[in-house]
Amino acid sequence: MGSSTLSIGFFFAFMALTLAITYCAARRTRTTEHFFAAGGQVTAWQNGWALAGDFLSAAALLGIAGIVTSNGFDGMIYSIGWLVGWPIILFLIVEPLRNVGRFTFADVVAYRLRQRPVRVAGAVGTLAVILFYLIAQMVATGSLIKLLFGLPYTWSVVVVGSMMLVYVLFGGMLATTWVQVVKAALLMGGGILLAILVLTHFDMNPLKLFAAASEKYGTKVLQPGSKVVSGQWDAISLGLGLMFGTAAMPHVLMRAYTVKDAKAARLSILYATGLIGVFHLMVFIIGFGAMVLVGPETVAKAGGGGNMAAPLLALAVGGNAFFGFICAVAFATMLAVVAGLTLSGVATLCHDVWTNVIRNGTASETEQLKVARVATVMISILAIVLGIAFEGQNVAFMAGLAFSIACAANFPSLVLAITWRRFTTPAAVASILVGTLSSLVLIYLSPTIQVDILGKSLAAIEHEWWFVSLRNPAIISMPLSFVVAILLSLLTPEKNADLAFDEMQRRILLGPLQPNINEPARAKSAA
Amino acid sequence: MNVVIPGNADPASSAVSARKLARKRLTVALILSAAMIAIYFGFMGLFAFDKPLLGTILMPGLSLCIVLGPLVIISSFALCLTYVLWANRVFDAGIRNLR
Repeated sequence: MGSSTLSIGFFFAFMALTLAITYCAARRTRTTEHFFAAGGQVTAWQNGWALAGDFLSAAALLGIAGIVTSNGFDGMIYSIGWLVGWPIILFLIVEPLRNVGRFTFADVVAYRLRQRPVRVAGAVGTLAVILFYLIAQMVATGSLIKLLFGLPYTWSVVVVGSMMLVYVLFGGMLATTWVQVVKAALLMGGGILLAILVLTHFDMNPLKLFAAASEKYGTKVLQPGSKVVSGQWDAISLGLGLMFGTAAMPHVLMRAYTVKDAKAARLSILYATGLIGVFHLMVFIIGFGAMVLVGPETVAKAGGGGNMAAPLLALAVGGNAFFGFICAVAFATMLAVVAGLTLSGVATLCHDVWTNVIRNGTASETEQLKVARVATVMISILAIVLGIAFEGQNVAFMAGLAFSIACAANFPSLVLAITWRRFTTPAAVASILVGTLSSLVLIYLSPTIQVDILGKSLAAIEHEWWFVSLRNPAIISMPLSFVVAILLSLLTPEKNADLAFDEMQRRILLGPLQPNINEPARAKSAA
Repeated sequence: MNVVIPGNADPASSAVSARKLARKRLTVALILSAAMIAIYFGFMGLFAFDKPLLGTILMPGLSLCIVLGPLVIISSFALCLTYVLWANRVFDAGIRNLR
């Protein structure tokens, strides 16, 4: 198997490079500021690439290409949904986040409210998002690596879990950032090359590609269908979840803290939006390329639920070497995404739960770093165990669930904390919990769990009183979370929160008075 | 908490101009967000409720959705660029004056 050897070779090269990065980063990671925010020394340009690396999962390349190959245009619904949240982050969230917070989004929500309850609720929302997204990624990773490299599922999960553990444990945010940058560069490079190779078969004209596809498989591939997203309101609900969920993903928001100021954070979102946009346009070409040059039947036969479209296309247009390269890029992609997720979970456990709830904000630097490392090991082991436990299960819904929870639990509280003077502690806690719980309950009562997972027949449960026909809960759970937040705020006026609003607005505008020295006393005690 | 803005003789007037600047930024941010939401849900609305229109074939190899889809992606970036250019020129200058 020449191609397999090559892909393993590419993969080892990537491992060696990222381990070298981790080694260098480890020597520079001495404080929590370094561990969680790379010391605020990442440039806007690097952070833009890292954001793209954090956000573009294997689903973006393999998944969407597969959907386009078998369904045509509909795959683009996901591409667009995953992009339109970025402008919202830029306009409403990133600058306040950078200027007010330190490591997590709960920093901002809790800023003028009572710390403990808000941090606990914030941790629930964040960890729910991270856990579901992490499980979805681990299971997809395990089965894809099995498919791409022939490595047994359990070993694939263990290898990925251990690599992410090493990156985060030793290199913290600095190593994770560079792993993301390298991965994003490989992914963009591989994607653009693949798209160009496809277009050389069609006189570099995408329209000829689309025309060839519609000649072969009918004009329906150029038209919106109802197989990928069924139901009218479900489509709107999916859109809400993708747009506002993206705008409140903890691992994305955390990156705002790695740059030196709000201006750099702003620029990095612009760069990330451009990179992700270009990438999604390439994936659209790749999907249609696989449809015409490989054929949906061949892709379906290769297994993995259509995920092999891009690698098989690489084999068809670029030969064994390119196939190996794309497989290795896919592996690198999965590795980098789970590392970013793990780090943001660790930040929540250490900074929100341990330091600010259990220790009331007075943990020493050394202690915080120790807790962060213990949390890293815990989350990694949990991810590996759950990844193995869910082998062969249909977990595709979990990624969607993660976006729904982010959209319903994190987004409303974050936006209201930034913009609304009368927002209060009970409102923040309730809106996060209601958003999380309602998303979970709604998805449990929907066909996603009842029919796809539990195997009940749709006809049997359709008329039950509890049945929810929507597969995407955001259209109910997000407004619900907003309404709960607004009603409770009006019912429970909080004087301190009101008084601190002007100070928070000043800080949103100008940042902390002494940038880089957020807590000088603690920094000294660690040295 | 006391608002202390170094290098400014009159804290009261600077607080007023700070509030003005914050309001201005929020207005721009809300207008651009509304534009993004309108563009995206306009598109998703067509996708959900008027598939035949979105599926209109304009010429061989080109349908309306294949024109509009990438346009949504491009307009997301264009709106981001608009905001960043505004913020770098107008907003950052305002911040410098405050300091």
